[in-house]
Amino acid sequence: MSDHHAGEPLVSIRSISRRFGDVRALEQVSLEIRQGEFFALLGPSGCGKTTLLRILAGFEHPDSGSVTLDGADLLAVAPHRRPVNLMFQSYALFPHMSVARNIAYGLERERLPRSEIRERVDEVLTTVGLTGLARRRPHQLSGGQRQRVALARAIVKRPRLLLLDEPLSALDKKVRAEMQLELKRLQHEVGITFVVVTHDQEEAMSLADRIAVMSEGRVRQVDAPVPLYERPADLFVADFIGANNLISGVVTADGLRVPDVGLLPCPAVPDTVGVAATLAVRPERVRLGADGGLAGVVRDVTFFGGTTRVAVDVAGLDRPLLVTVAGAAAVGLGDKTRVDWSDTDAVLLDQT
Amino acid sequence: MSSTLAPRRAARTDPGPHGRRAPRRERLVGRLATLGPGIGYLTVFMLVPLALVLSYTLFHRGRFGGVVHEASTENFTRVADGLYLGVIWTSVKLAGLTTLLALLLGYPTAYLIARLPRSWRTVALVLVVLPFWTNFLIRTYAWIILLNSEGVLNRALTGVGVIDRPLELLYTPGAVVGGLLYAYLPLMVLPLYSAIERLDPQLREASANLGARPARTFWSVTLPLTLPGVLTGCVFVFVPSLGNFVIPELLGGGRTVMVGNLIRDQFLKARDWPFGSTLALTVIALLVLLLMVQAWAARRLAGGNRA
Repeated sequence: MSDHHAGEPLVSIRSISRRFGDVRALEQVSLEIRQGEFFALLGPSGCGKTTLLRILAGFEHPDSGSVTLDGADLLAVAPHRRPVNLMFQSYALFPHMSVARNIAYGLERERLPRSEIRERVDEVLTTVGLTGLARRRPHQLSGGQRQRVALARAIVKRPRLLLLDEPLSALDKKVRAEMQLELKRLQHEVGITFVVVTHDQEEAMSLADRIAVMSEGRVRQVDAPVPLYERPADLFVADFIGANNLISGVVTADGLRVPDVGLLPCPAVPDTVGVAATLAVRPERVRLGADGGLAGVVRDVTFFGGTTRVAVDVAGLDRPLLVTVAGAAAVGLGDKTRVDWSDTDAVLLDQT
Repeated sequence: MSSTLAPRRAARTDPGPHGRRAPRRERLVGRLATLGPGIGYLTVFMLVPLALVLSYTLFHRGRFGGVVHEASTENFTRVADGLYLGVIWTSVKLAGLTTLLALLLGYPTAYLIARLPRSWRTVALVLVVLPFWTNFLIRTYAWIILLNSEGVLNRALTGVGVIDRPLELLYTPGAVVGGLLYAYLPLMVLPLYSAIERLDPQLREASANLGARPARTFWSVTLPLTLPGVLTGCVFVFVPSLGNFVIPELLGGGRTVMVGNLIRDQFLKARDWPFGSTLALTVIALLVLLLMVQAWAARRLAGGNRA
């Protein structure tokens, strides 16, 4: 392991495409996954993220393109010989085997001595916190426990790459938060490169070092969570990640001109004057009750505990402007107010 | 709005005395209407004859046939005779061999069908049950034409020069097993297909992902998880094979006697209904025992296989 340093590319995916009949599941997808990182493939259902995962596991083949792992062609390797393990969304535990036999299954295939298998199974059971459940059958476990067995079964093989297909989607909210922390701790502890597929942006944001946002078979943006949130590369990412106020207009030297609304603050981008663009500004960046800005009427106030979401109807905009304020809001339904933001808090995006 | 909704909701959660009794009576009527004909049919055409067979075992044959209503255990001592036990044993062996061959042929067939594209699966399943659309006797006679010394198979083999003289194919235990296998193979394929088709394909993928070759996946995952289907298929083939008397008669030529032939002869030729009943009871007891073992094994497997 010592010759593989963190940050070096582990997996290189080069322009792979896959079609199912008329459906383009993947279109010219290229990605680099680095050694030791926690990588997330994020997108709505049908965006191709699961197909990509199945290609890495060997259950699907791309129509074109290449995938290498440690520089060697991965596509030429049969699924059962790849140093890649997958944690299935349904967990796919063998129902006729005990927890210990499920976990030992992969090690038995490597023809390891019995004593070593027993040792490693015990060790991984401790790691995932399932000591004492070794003799249970899967149907005798709770959802969270099954998830841990599935995880243990995959990491006990010490793969170069661990794939996780919607790992937390089958768990209820409380267990999910717990497992989220656990996954992060584990990834740190075992030092395996994780690739997680999810449609849940919060899950991706909280888990991953880097996220690839996918839509309709294409990769839209690859970035760390914070830049992804603050600097979305296109309209899809801006709309998909978190809440955003999206307003279309034409760029001028002083801001974005929106018909019937006026001039809105936005950052200056060279050579864009006269171009049609969409402005994106996060609800928590919008100031409520400002002096300048736009006049509006409070349409809805939703209290979430730590924050409050206020929807403000602004004349000329087809959607109410969303504002997030800390704590309880000082405004009530029907109040007249003003909204404003600084030009640097907004992002300008192409309208395509 | 709420004033009209409230009483209705109350009626659902806390029905009055009438509200409670009426649905229950309705349910009873409904059950009788749906189950009644079936229960009636089974009582008249199965339970009553079975009770008759059961009672006959205690009597004995009159001088000119018929049943003399004098209790004795003579029939049971006769069944224990080596001759009859031998026939029962032969039948168990032939039915067992048929079941084994059906399993060996049926499993790969069912497996392949389950992995066909969905639209082709239906076609394949129709092909499997297609022989049932032809009369059973006619299909068995067709085997005589295939197997006899002047038959299609022998002529083909002599024609090609593989053999000089026709082989003795017909009227052998092999012909009987072949006939039984041909007749009951679909009963093996169908439960196996349903068991294999129901198996989560992700389990096979998980096995491969953990480093198992396809053959290992089959032995460690697919086969153990489809054992309930295997058991059902085996019972479906073994039970009718054991009692069959038409195929041993036509393809065994009376030289291979199975217990079904014996029972039929007791009733129709020897006219010894009490002894025929005793033989029939013996076979029924054997099969009930088998079904109990199968039910027990299936329950054990199901307990472990719940996902």
